[in-house]
Order: sequence, then structure tokens, then C-alpha cells
Amino acid sequence: MQRQVALIKQSLFDQGYLDEQFVELEELQDDANPNFVEEVATLYFKDSARLISNIEQALERGSFDFNRLDNYMHQFKGSSTSIGASKVKTECTMFREYCRVGNAEVFSLFRTCDECRCLRTFKQLKKEHATLRKKLEQYFQASK
Amino acid sequence: MADEVPNLAESKLTALVVDDNYVNQSMHHKLLDRLGIENDVVCNGQEAVDVHCSGRNYDLILMDMDMPVMNGIQATKRLREMGIESKIAGVTTRAKEEEMQEFMEAGLNDFQEKPLTISKLLSILHKLDFYVHT
Repeated sequence: MQRQVALIKQSLFDQGYLDEQFVELEELQDDANPNFVEEVATLYFKDSARLISNIEQALERGSFDFNRLDNYMHQFKGSSTSIGASKVKTECTMFREYCRVGNAEVFSLFRTCDECRCLRTFKQLKKEHATLRKKLEQYFQASK
Repeated sequence: MADEVPNLAESKLTALVVDDNYVNQSMHHKLLDRLGIENDVVCNGQEAVDVHCSGRNYDLILMDMDMPVMNGIQATKRLREMGIESKIAGVTTRAKEEEMQEFMEAGLNDFQEKPLTISKLLSILHKLDFYVHT
């Protein structure tokens, strides 16, 4: 069983879903808080679900408010960085870059292109987020 | 790593975590706990100011920069204006040079880039003379 847990964890790192920050998180787990990592992960997925919902609502409104979107994504990136969610963090960074470019764009045609890039990146972000959630749930389940 | 973490409980240090992000709040609270530092958590700069107005005082404040209601720069300035002499360490994600400058000039004693780790926190404590490496 321990070997299975180790293999699941290693694959999360090998496939780039997690980075060394996750190890830092695990270092904080002790006998006083034996489920600390799972608790923080639960908090992260609850908070990030809220942010995803906020971003979806903002995108559904039609007109892209790049400042608002960037603000949500800043929070999302912050949480993802803290938990070591590497792929999610990368998508957040890309999304923010498209927001930055889109915000500065004068020509509406190019701005529309940035909006499309934001939508595509957000779709990828949700996919990576969902995959990470599933894999971490497997990891925590196997660890019990 | 776990065996090398110093316990600073004897020094009776106190700290305040100021951050709007729940994940960071949880992590920074736990980091400080792990070092034996009693700590409280608030969600933004205004709450940090309010807690000091209520008479609480801390040896160390870990101040996030980007927060709603009152950000870290505003809160740091306000606390210094109130005469709060606690050591304040800015904790930020990668910020522009001018933003960092403004944050430092508001009254920080140190800053570290997020995410905080035990070694970064020890670095803050060492720089602010709360901890001596042995």
C-alpha cells in the first residue's frame, strides 16, 4: 500500500502536476495535524471552485473586463503556487498575460484574439484543475 | 527536514498573519505554529489596523501586499503612523520593482517572495534578530 502511495505521488511530480512547494506543505504535517496537507488541499479546491465560478460568470457577460479577470486569476495563481499546483499555476500565468496584452490592445480585432486566447487558456486551466483534484483525491484515499 | 526545525516557543514570540487568501492564511499560520510562534490571522490591512486599535501587539507581522479593503502598503503606512514598532515583513508574489520600492518605503523591515517556506520564514526571523542560526 505504501508503495502504491509513493508511486501515485511520484507520478504527480513526474507528470508536472505538482512541484517542490507540495513537499514544503508535507513538511508542515505532523502528529498534531496528521491531515494538514489534505485539509489545505480541500481548502484550495473549495476556494478555486469559487474563483472558477466567478471567472465563468465574468466571461459569460460578454464584454471582457480584463482587470476583473486578472484580479480573479491573481488570487487563483496565488493559491495554486502555495499548494504546488504547477500546471494550474502555468495556465494562470498565461491567462494573466493574455489579460495584460488584451487590456493594452487598441485594435478591437486583436483584442478579440486575446479574448479567444483567454477562453482557450481558461478551458485548459479547468481541465488541469479537475485532473489535479482527481489525482490528489486518489492519493489521499490511498494514504489512509 | 522535520528534525532540523527549531522550536522558538521559549522566546514567546507573537505574530500576525495578514492575508486575504485562505490557503496562504492556513499555511502561514501552520508555519509559525511549527516554529512555536503564537499567531493570529486577519484577512486584510483594515483588520490588521483594527486588531492593533483593540490593544493587541505583535513582535512580527507577515503582511501580504495585494488585499481588498486595505492593501499591505496602506496598512503598513497606517500602522507606522499609529506608532506600531513591530517588525513587519512583506510577503508578496513577484511584484514590479516600483511596487516593491513603495512597499518597503511604507515601513517594512524585510520582505520575502511567496510562497513562504520554513527556510524563508527562518531567514526573516534571522534578519530581524528573532533567531540566530546555530
